[in-house]
Amino acid sequence: MAWYLVTRLLQMIPVFFGAIFIVYFLMFATSGDPTAALCGDRGCTPATKAALEAQYNLDQPFFLQFLLYLKGVFTLDLGNNFSGRPILSVIAETFPNTVKLALIAIVFEAVVGVTLGLIAGLKKGTWIDSSLLFMSLLLISVPVFVLGFVAQFVIGIKLGWTSPTVGAGAPIQDLLLPGMVLGAISLAYVVRLTRNSVAETKTADHVRTATAKGLTPGRVRNAHVLRNSMIPVVTYMGADLGALMGGAILTESIFNVNGIGYQLYRSINMGDGAMVVSLVTLIVIVFVIANLLVDLLYAVLDPRIRYA
Amino acid sequence: MPDQNSTPDTAARGPVMQPSGREVPVAEHFVAPVLDDEGRAGIETQLADKPSNLWRDAWSSLRRNPIFIISALLMLFVLFVAAFPTVFTSASPDSQCTLSNANGAPTAGHPLGFTNQGCDILARVVHGASASLLVGFGATLGVLLVGILLGGLAGYFGGWVDAIVSRIMDIFFAVPLILGAIVLMAVPVMRQNAGIVTLAIVLTIFGWPQMARITRGAVLEVRSAEFITAARSLGMGKLSILFKHVLPNAAGPIIVVATLSLGIFIVVEASLSFLGIGLPPSILSWGHDISAARPQLRTNPGALFWPSLMLSITVLSFMMLGDALRDALDPKGRTR
Amino acid sequence: MSTSTESTNPGGRRRADRAAAPTATGSSAAGPGNTPLLELRNVGITFKTTTGDVEAVKETNITVMPGETVAIVGESGSGKSTSALAAMGLLPENGRISEGQVFFHGEDITHPSRKRLIALRGSEIGMVPQDPMSNLNPVWKIGFQVRETLKANGLPHADKDVVQALKDAGLSDGERRMNQYPHEFSGGMRQRALIAIGLACNPRLLIADEPTSALDVTVQKQILNHLEKLTKEKGTSVLLITHDLGLAAERADRVVVMQKGRVVESGPAQALLQNPKHPYTQQLVRAVPSLTPEDIGAADEGDAAQEIVQIKELVKEYKIRGSWGRSTQFRAVDEVSFTIRKGHTTAIVGESGSGKSTIAKMLLGLEDITSGTIHVDGKDISTFSNKEWFGFRRRVQPIFQNPYGSLDPMRSVFRSIEEPLRVHKVGDAKSRKEKVYDLLDRVALPRQLGDRYPNELSGGQRQRVAIARALALDPEIVVCDEAVSALDVLVQDQVLKLLGQLQEDLGLTYLFITHDLAVVREIAHDVCVMESGKLVEVGSVEQVFENPRQDYTRRLLDAIPGKDLLEV
Repeated sequence: MAWYLVTRLLQMIPVFFGAIFIVYFLMFATSGDPTAALCGDRGCTPATKAALEAQYNLDQPFFLQFLLYLKGVFTLDLGNNFSGRPILSVIAETFPNTVKLALIAIVFEAVVGVTLGLIAGLKKGTWIDSSLLFMSLLLISVPVFVLGFVAQFVIGIKLGWTSPTVGAGAPIQDLLLPGMVLGAISLAYVVRLTRNSVAETKTADHVRTATAKGLTPGRVRNAHVLRNSMIPVVTYMGADLGALMGGAILTESIFNVNGIGYQLYRSINMGDGAMVVSLVTLIVIVFVIANLLVDLLYAVLDPRIRYA
Repeated sequence: MPDQNSTPDTAARGPVMQPSGREVPVAEHFVAPVLDDEGRAGIETQLADKPSNLWRDAWSSLRRNPIFIISALLMLFVLFVAAFPTVFTSASPDSQCTLSNANGAPTAGHPLGFTNQGCDILARVVHGASASLLVGFGATLGVLLVGILLGGLAGYFGGWVDAIVSRIMDIFFAVPLILGAIVLMAVPVMRQNAGIVTLAIVLTIFGWPQMARITRGAVLEVRSAEFITAARSLGMGKLSILFKHVLPNAAGPIIVVATLSLGIFIVVEASLSFLGIGLPPSILSWGHDISAARPQLRTNPGALFWPSLMLSITVLSFMMLGDALRDALDPKGRTR
Repeated sequence: MSTSTESTNPGGRRRADRAAAPTATGSSAAGPGNTPLLELRNVGITFKTTTGDVEAVKETNITVMPGETVAIVGESGSGKSTSALAAMGLLPENGRISEGQVFFHGEDITHPSRKRLIALRGSEIGMVPQDPMSNLNPVWKIGFQVRETLKANGLPHADKDVVQALKDAGLSDGERRMNQYPHEFSGGMRQRALIAIGLACNPRLLIADEPTSALDVTVQKQILNHLEKLTKEKGTSVLLITHDLGLAAERADRVVVMQKGRVVESGPAQALLQNPKHPYTQQLVRAVPSLTPEDIGAADEGDAAQEIVQIKELVKEYKIRGSWGRSTQFRAVDEVSFTIRKGHTTAIVGESGSGKSTIAKMLLGLEDITSGTIHVDGKDISTFSNKEWFGFRRRVQPIFQNPYGSLDPMRSVFRSIEEPLRVHKVGDAKSRKEKVYDLLDRVALPRQLGDRYPNELSGGQRQRVAIARALALDPEIVVCDEAVSALDVLVQDQVLKLLGQLQEDLGLTYLFITHDLAVVREIAHDVCVMESGKLVEVGSVEQVFENPRQDYTRRLLDAIPGKDLLEV
């Protein structure tokens, strides 16, 4: 068990540095003059330019820049963004909103997705199963931003059940609709994954043996079918947390949520490299932590792993 | 057996000596009448009229699958629209826009009305198909090339090749497809050259790990089959085995994932264009139109609705197709 | 049972409500024991498939008396498991009893209520399933899985009861075992755990579905002995399902032979075996190597034959990576030396993990040699250059075990057989075509089969194709790695005869890797017995079978099911 976790931890280290490196490289090494965006059309005076370059270590060789940046990450000293605000304070302001949004999405897909998936899997081959499968396929095929507009238009504007955009401070009741939109596509995948997993486990040899022992159908379902078929679902949902952060870019810009996705989108449009790299670093950290948690959970759910 | 006492009426009775020397009553000795086809013990199987293999079997089961038929028809329709847009509308999507028609209601020859810029919606929807499909197909092609090559090598050779490819895959998995594409498209070089090819390349760069992972898994499964060992015993080279035996047998899951990826790439292209960092405004794209129609959502919902519908139908057709193919080609892969 | 020496009266049952249960003894033929415990009367079982209804079992009559052991014997697909599972209501969702009736101790349980079915399972009818690897839930501890059985059937389920159930099934340190997971158990231990579950509630009937076919023969024997002792003590009736006629005859009072969903013959084990009446049963009895050994293969010319392969002090070590980066050396093959005579068959026998296949792989050049030498025709194969290896491969060709995995499913039979010729650039398209047709003739397959794909062929046909492919390059040595182990007994008999014929015609040298001593006796001239990497005994077939010098060999020989039955 400990060995398994240590291996996974070791494997996450190159992922962490590699992903940050890719983004850092894209933002700083390929863009000729990263300060150009700051100075606007008029250009900077050489003195301002030099000061800026010193602030972002742009006067150093590329690899050293990257190392200095990593040092900043570990000492929580991320510097200022191009408009002069400390990046850390921007993150502190916006990250909680995204976390709330992602949690709503995860809870939504876990509760609704797993439930519907269970129903479909246990009723495999019936019309309930077929219609749930088809509905999940429909949901997958509608792009998030289309879904977002439709939800905003119908529920927010026409029906007026919620506020169509999220107000300052991002109160939970305002975040419910965006959260569900964000989780909708993953929800469809969770339904399908759960359904297939349950349907497969249902016909496993050990389930037949459990039935032959004289257990009641309910007991067979709860202790043997459900327990075993949750393993791949949990894995999927952990890995999905990263994808939700990516999806948040679209959802947050539709519903005007002041989260990291929205900030990221703005920073990219403004060419604010320092901000972009910091936000992506944050998303990668979330991804790595989520994956480690999944590994931990996986080991709890599946005893075979503990000895791998 | 001492406690033996099965004695049906018709049975021939009488004690027999067992090797152990004990006396036991004899049970009925039943012999079934011999049927015509017995005695040969069913050693040779009955062959169907036509040879069949995985592909032929898959085709015959697909032909009977309504999901496959619907999705194939939808897909052909979308492809037809993309290839021959002028069949559906004579209006030009961009050159005949007049502001006097802005947000105009449907009129004769313009059945879907006009956009905010006064362009014919039908023409824009119809002409927008090709860009989405080209990006989708281009990225899928790229992902197939890179993913099959790297995944195939990793799965087949194992060892350090696998370790390196797997770690690179992990790194790319940590950056969600849409996030990676946004960052990469924001790079000035990409931005300046934004276009169908650039976008396909960007999607390939962040989309290949999925394909590589599936290929690797499928190859790992085939690799240990005995017919591979037989090929090795013939002295066939490793690469030749990989391409002649391993990859053809791993094709099922690869085709399935390629079809599903095509749908996903079309969504991502539209999302990027929607955010304004995908295709340049000079190329028609549903994503642009949806974004542009947003401010008039309350007054002119059609401008948003029609491109959204067409986009969703296109994606749906590939998703359904992938689903049907999975049932036919890769029955074990349903949990993936 | 026929091999047990003394009759034992069924012992006291633990459950009080069983006091009234018929206790079958030899003298009580007229007592309540006359009611069969399980009776399948004219049962037909139908499966709904996409291509319509398929009647998998037809007009089947099976009777199990209290205390009796009845075996159902048949090839794969004969409906033997289906019939037994139907009695417990365990048919897959698309299957149903479409005809006839099932009685359990006089009660009609053809279509029982759900409640009655749950009450019957476990406490009245227990099951020991086929594959020990897949029949325990991997995520629960063994103790949990035994405990829930006891609990579901209203029995005391404290720790000591679980330990007792495990102990009864032969898992002695139950206290420790109950806190382990299935993956920490060996195959034999898992099967014992499954027996513990099957017998935990003292059912009156135990359905044992191929309970040991996944295990090594010596383990199989231990487990079957234990099962026999247990059921005898408890007076449990057993319905044993097996493909092995020898095993059935040895373990059962009565044998039911099924073929293609029908019962073709049933009767007392001895009578059926010594005097089979139905042509199918007759064929089956003739084909079982352990029952009627016959000599297959070229005549032995004695020591005059030339030694074609010399293996000296051969060693294969693998690195096993443990946790925390530790790696240990594992010796799969440990200083093995023997020779293979030209035109003869040398068999390597051993149980799983004995290293027998590793030797074959080294000879085929599929595994590196750690130390020691293999000389073929006086040349050391480890010194071969790549080019020499390529040439050498024409002379040594393999046939593998799994008829479903040994042919590329994407290639037609013709292309599979032709491939060796293409790889070695033998002849042109036309001469290759002739050669392939020649080979199909040789393995007695119709030429039309050439454009068929493996999934259309039966197991036996596939194995013939694999043989044809191995012979395409006119090799001198053919390595048969468990080449007949996965085949049904009649097909196995045919393939063995084909191999023997080919040896006589072509002067082939066989290295025959197998776990099945009965097959060795039929086909081999020389035998090497291996145990955990070491060669324990070498000799001619007569020597090893008539006069085994090693304990291990003797144990292996003893474990062949049904070997003494016809030597009365």
